[in-house]
Formats: sequence, structure tokens, C-alpha cells
Amino acid sequence: MAKITFVEFNGTEHEVEAEEGTTLMEAAINNMVPGIDADCGGACACATCMIYVPAEMAAKIPEAEDMETTMIDFAENADATSRLSCQITVTPELDGAKVKLPESQH
Amino acid sequence: MTNQVVIVGAGHAAGQAAASLRQEGYDGKIVMIGDEPYLPYQRPPLSKKFLAGELSIERVYFKPPAFYEKADVEQKLNTTVTEIERAQRTVHTSTGESIPYSKLILATGSRVRELNVPGFDLDGVNYLRTIDDVSKIQSKFKEGNKLVVVGGGYIGLEVAAVAVKRGIDVTVLEMAPMVMARVVDPIVSSFYERIHAEEGVKIVKGAAVSSFEGQDGKLTRVNCSDNTNFDADFVVVGVGILPNVELAQAAGLDVENGIIVNEFCQTSDPDILAIGDCTNHPNPLLGERLRLESVQNALEQGKTAAATICGRELVYAQIPWFWSDQYDLKLQIVGLSAGYDEAVVRGNPDDGRSFAVFYLKEGKMIAVDAVNRPPEFMMGKLMVAGGAKLPAETLRDESINMKEMAQMAKDAS
Repeated sequence: MAKITFVEFNGTEHEVEAEEGTTLMEAAINNMVPGIDADCGGACACATCMIYVPAEMAAKIPEAEDMETTMIDFAENADATSRLSCQITVTPELDGAKVKLPESQH
Repeated sequence: MTNQVVIVGAGHAAGQAAASLRQEGYDGKIVMIGDEPYLPYQRPPLSKKFLAGELSIERVYFKPPAFYEKADVEQKLNTTVTEIERAQRTVHTSTGESIPYSKLILATGSRVRELNVPGFDLDGVNYLRTIDDVSKIQSKFKEGNKLVVVGGGYIGLEVAAVAVKRGIDVTVLEMAPMVMARVVDPIVSSFYERIHAEEGVKIVKGAAVSSFEGQDGKLTRVNCSDNTNFDADFVVVGVGILPNVELAQAAGLDVENGIIVNEFCQTSDPDILAIGDCTNHPNPLLGERLRLESVQNALEQGKTAAATICGRELVYAQIPWFWSDQYDLKLQIVGLSAGYDEAVVRGNPDDGRSFAVFYLKEGKMIAVDAVNRPPEFMMGKLMVAGGAKLPAETLRDESINMKEMAQMAKDAS
């Protein structure tokens, strides 16, 4: 288990227990964090589970693969720290991480 | 009066409606009635990662079991609604219960179209719609086994892709002269035929199955009307789905190729709403009525129905989108290409594994098929929504990136 905090656009924080081996998207959905739509259920097909990942956390996770990078590049509200939460696997190193959510996923 | 929403069905749309009702602040009771033994789960992975054994059942659930407790959604699984008694605002179930509602949501989904040929009931003839269907198919996943897939649509080809990777001998029988005939241009169809051939799947076109043959109740052979036949240890039939409208029809609701609803998901009885695969709904952006078989449709209509019940107007108006995973190929589709008069290809479908097709109707972009091309898909969403009009030679020109393309389309409108 790793404790992950999702911060909504309006500043509301949701601290959740994320199971190792699942994805950050699933951790958010399973804990009813608003602001992660994940329409495609984690197939990297829709870019509606975007989060902003701080640099210190980015260093602890594998870099985005091409498909994810390109989806982000064309997603609304994306910036250089954006990732798709369905493509990030939870590991013990992520314990305590805090990620931000965009204003909207569409 | 009872303040209770009853949801008939426990699929993607039903799950979303329940979640959205609580998000909208609905504080009455919610009862969800489903005929399967499972909580709402996602169907797309069933023919993809779940079939491949890469996802556990917990990970295909739409929401975790704890959600329904927290959201106070009562579940009645393994239960079929047998009748809607509109005058009494009550539904009757197969378990003998009568459940009152103030608002009723029909999320009855769809069922597979069956192939009613001799031998249809032999052991080894499978369909793919539910978790239990997948278990049956997986039990036949033994290296060297022969699989005949009937139907070269999304489901059939996705199953073929998963099975061949497991060392199974796969033949796809398609009745039409090309695969995915209902949804894509011949360019995309031939591309998928090439890829499947490269991966070792045999595709036979123009093949109409006339019977399944077996021994001791077990399937051994698939026969076609042209007297060709194919040995098979198991079959997966994927020849489309039919909307479950009978319950609505029996209740006297308007039904025509789906349960007729308005843009707020209301049926001809304003206290009864319908969502997902089973609906025939207006699409204000496209200016026509549609019946869609997609996750987006289930999710968005679930949201709209919940808003309607809570007194908020949320018109369901979106450009449809879909996806299909086969091998390392992600096909993303935006829009509906039916009625196009020109297909413009970007990239080379005859070589490699990445290209896109823009579908134009009288010069206006109505749909995009993007194979391993997220930029074309993401910008295609904007361009189709904006009714982009760009010359074919511009769309084809890969020296113009898709962001520039979307900007050019915007400037031109």
C-alpha cells in the first residue's frame, strides 16, 4: 500500500490507500476521487485521467511511453508535468506522493 | 410517495447512473437490479486484456464493491425484472418481488445476436458478452487448439488477436467481402487483414456458416454454405448485438430500433428514463437519431439521466468515439463515417502499423479512424466537432502537424 494524495483543481485533497501493482487511475476511481473520468477504463485511449506529477515524484516512475506522451501532448489543460494516471503503476516508492488534477478532463 | 430510483440493469450505464445520482446530490434510495451475478463491470476488456488473462476480475469492475455501500446503492443481482407496472410505478422481478419507484432507469443493454444454424447448441460454440462467457472461452485456450471465429467485426478480430498470441490456430470467417465492413473504409479493412495475416490468423471472406457439426455433443467442425468446412475445437461467434427492448415494449413505451428517448434520456413516460446500448436517442450535433454500442454512450447517458432526475438539464450531445485494441494496434475512431463520399489517407497503410483516415462528406470532416495515431484522433475530435473543411491534399500532408492542422481548420471556419 502507498498513500497517495489527489488534489482537486479547487484545492480539495483526497488521501487514498493505493494498492501496489494497480494504477494511480484505479486508486482514484476506487476511492471516488472526483476529477478523474477514465472513460476508457485504462486503455490509454481517451486521455481523461490526466494528472500533474511533481518533479520529485516523476523521478520515481518510468517515463511515459510514446502513446501516452502523444495523447498528453494533444490533451486540453496539459503541461510538461502531465501524465495519464492509468499508465502509472503504484510502487512503495510512491508512498506520500501528492498529485494535482486539472480543472476538467474534457 | 416513495423517493426511490430503480435501475434495471447492472452494466456500465447503470453503474454510472448510480454514481452520478449521488454526485448530483440525490438523497433518495437507489436500487440496482441486474440479471448477472456480478456488480457492474467494464465490457471492453472482455475481448482484450481480460480475455488475455492480463486483468483480474477486481480490475474490470466499474467501481469497487465498497463503492455501492458508501453510495448506499442497494444491489439485487441474479435478478431479472419481468414487468413494469406503470400505473402503480412498480417493477416485478423474477424473484417474486415488487419494487416501487418514483423514477425508473432502464439500462437493459444488449444481448448477442445468435446464429441459429443447426448445431448451435453444441458444446464449444461460444459468444462473448459476459465474464462467464470469457471463462468458457479461456477454458479452451490450449496451445494448438483450433478456433474458428464467426464474424470479422471488432469482437471477432480482438478475440482472434488474443487467441493467436496464445498459440491457438485461428481462422476468422466473415460473411461480407471485407472485415469490419459495417464500420470502416476498405483501406482500413485491408490494413487489418494484412496485420492479421502477418500475425498468423487466417481470414476467409464471403463465408456464410450453414451449420456446426459435432460428436457426442461436442463441436468438431464448422460448415459453410459453399460446402467448405473448417475443423474446430471451439468457436466464438461475434455477429453483432441486439438491444434489450422487450421490457420497455411490453410496458407500452415507444420503441423503434431501441427504446426511444429524448436528449435528457426520458422515454415516452417522463418517469421512466433509458440509457446505454438499449436506447435510440437524438444526437443534436449530428442532427440524427442513433443507437450506439459504446462505453462513451453508456457513461454520458448515465450522467444525463442522473442530472435529469435531479432537475438539472444536461443535454446528451457528443461526437461518438470508440476504440479497438488488436495486437500492438490501437484503433481510435471519432465520429460516424456512414455516408462519407471521400476517404483521405494520412500515412501509409500498406506498410508499417500507423496511419489515419479522414472521412469527408461534401468536403466536411465527419469521422476519423486513427491507427496508432493519437494526434490524428485527438485533433480529429476537435475537427469533427467543428465540421472542419480542409482540402484532401492538406490533410494528407504529413509535413503539417496535427496541431497546425486543427488550427488551420479553425481559421478556415
